[in-house]
Amino acid sequence: MVTSKKGSALTMVVHATVLFLVIMWTIPTAGLFISSIRDKDQLSVSGWWTALSSSEQKIVYRTPDADSEIQENGLYVLRGNLLEGGSGKVVKFGISSLKPEAFEPGTETQDRRDVTFKIMANGDYEVTSEKSFRRGVRIFYTAEVPPRFTLDNYRTVLNSEGLGQSFINSLTVTIPATVIPILIAAFAAYALAWMKFPGRALLIAGVVGLLVVPLQMSLIPLLTAYSKIGAIFGIEAKGYVGIWLAHTGFGLPLAIYLLRNYISGLPGEIIESARVDGASDFVIFRKIILPLSFPALASFAIFQFLWVWNDLLIATVFLGNTEESLVLTGRLRELLGSRGGNWEILTASAFITIIIPLMVFFGLQRYLVRGLLAGSVK
Amino acid sequence: MGQLAVAFLTMTLGVLTCAGYFYGSNALLDVIFPSKNRPPEVVARNLRIVNQVRPWLFLGPALLLLFFYLFYPVVQSVILSFYGRTGEEFVGLDNYLWLFQSGEFLESFRNNMLWLIVVPTLSTFFGLIIATMTDRIWWGNIAKTLIFMPMAISFIGASIIWKFIYEYRSGGDEQIGLLNALVVFFGGEPQTWIQIPFWNNFFLMVILVWIQTGFAMVILSAALRGIPDETVEAAVLDGASGLQIFFRIMVPQIWGTIAVVWTTITILVLKVFDIVLAMTNGQWGTQVLANQMFSWLFQGGGDYGRSAVIALVIMILVLPIMVWNIKNANAEMEGR
Repeated sequence: MVTSKKGSALTMVVHATVLFLVIMWTIPTAGLFISSIRDKDQLSVSGWWTALSSSEQKIVYRTPDADSEIQENGLYVLRGNLLEGGSGKVVKFGISSLKPEAFEPGTETQDRRDVTFKIMANGDYEVTSEKSFRRGVRIFYTAEVPPRFTLDNYRTVLNSEGLGQSFINSLTVTIPATVIPILIAAFAAYALAWMKFPGRALLIAGVVGLLVVPLQMSLIPLLTAYSKIGAIFGIEAKGYVGIWLAHTGFGLPLAIYLLRNYISGLPGEIIESARVDGASDFVIFRKIILPLSFPALASFAIFQFLWVWNDLLIATVFLGNTEESLVLTGRLRELLGSRGGNWEILTASAFITIIIPLMVFFGLQRYLVRGLLAGSVK
Repeated sequence: MGQLAVAFLTMTLGVLTCAGYFYGSNALLDVIFPSKNRPPEVVARNLRIVNQVRPWLFLGPALLLLFFYLFYPVVQSVILSFYGRTGEEFVGLDNYLWLFQSGEFLESFRNNMLWLIVVPTLSTFFGLIIATMTDRIWWGNIAKTLIFMPMAISFIGASIIWKFIYEYRSGGDEQIGLLNALVVFFGGEPQTWIQIPFWNNFFLMVILVWIQTGFAMVILSAALRGIPDETVEAAVLDGASGLQIFFRIMVPQIWGTIAVVWTTITILVLKVFDIVLAMTNGQWGTQVLANQMFSWLFQGGGDYGRSAVIALVIMILVLPIMVWNIKNANAEMEGR
């Protein structure tokens, strides 16, 4: 009895701890998402965890000028609504910047030039004066605004912040940079696993060694080489072909390593009997190896896709920083510099850049896990 | 729409060229050295040649790319480290002398060491704990998925997510960053977290731990499942406590996997520069080698020599892991 009681207490602790950790790990992303769909005025004054409660905003309103005034009983009148049709209510108002919360809505007040202000809680205002208004007058008010969720932030970043273009650039970089290395690595992996030629063991050791070479080592020589090659052929040194090949080169060691591990584990009898039947290695590869190694190919594809999509370094160096060539990560970095305080822009942009990898992740998680295990655990 | 069409066309062209090479070269080989409808001795000779050539057709593109993108640059970087800012005039050991006298380098080296200690340790620790716990509860898989999720997020995206958490509002304004809001809620003073010298390094490391814990968890969880039940049952029968079972029975059996997780994260830590670039760009004492290398590559027109020297330091730091990997791979090949 004692042990079972102790056991259930322990189970409760485990549940609670895991729950706590899960919350810790998901809250950052949740905060980003909630913020990105909040109204930008609310986002900048209150935390995203208050998104469901109404918030107070202090706003300065300027009435239209003399063009819209009307004459009534010898007085000039300006009428309108402070909230401009939006929902919410006015809780305080004022007529000078020093005392923006001086009056309750529903009351009337006059300024030094005998202009009368009357403001209602629903935002309706009436400003009356004996003289014509030359320009609009200012009204300070504090409004209580109900929570508002909107896709406006997304519209803004996709249209005017250039995220749409970057999205296409990212796709153009990512898809070939995922497919090409798989093709090249699969052929190489098959050769390293099942074909006999001198120097095979050395090549495998070489691939394993290159697995950990830091990208940083490659940048300068490649930059120099790219501009030389560009000069020789009279083409732009920075372009899609260059970045595809760069991603392919950097992704190859892991791809060859993973795929070789998998392909060399396939049953040798099938391959031998196909050889006896006179099939060439190319036919064996196409008809037997490729279909059988689908799980390994898929898991590497997911890896490479995530890695290329999320890469900033290679894109910055080999594709450049011009307006038309920025990929999503590069765009995000630029926005972080230029729009550092505009959280409505940053959160929406960040969410757009992570939505595709998240979809790939949740859709194909099984293969991703399998690939990780093939790479790290024997 | 025009952009999309162009993008699609470029993509198809790129992929087709690659596939075309493999088809074309192999077909060509079969045409030049036919193995059908020829006298037997010709067929035998042709088959031998084909079998000698084909591996290199298969390996060709991979070897070329590996050579050009990884092997040649490593050699070239070593050479460049002895040259000046444009990579043209020979300066001997100047770059190395500069490196060891530069305060910035010492700072990034110290920070990198901190990263190397903290991030792999915490990621592996949390990964192990979560892997152990989630194996015991019915909603463990959901929990794992959620903790694994940050793996899919780019470092730069993650940086924005966390920058928002560390956001600071001055004066009496309501805090919109979660961390400061919590601090204020418990009666503390809000802080500009990423500007506090020394400790800000840890606020940046949190981001990488957040991303990498899922990776450690997935791999360690698979290793934990591979532990034979009998060993745990025997320990239970002998009256071992939960902690004893964990530390004395389970951890020793997955020691190899822990080492793999640890080294993988270590390599990643050395290469990560996006987080520092996005959060502080090395200000307030947070510089790390990878970001320092990146900024020397471009700042003031770029200094190739100094940049190469910093890259070389990163390379030297991963060398032991490289040797260890090759040794393991060789041992495994011989075992087969």
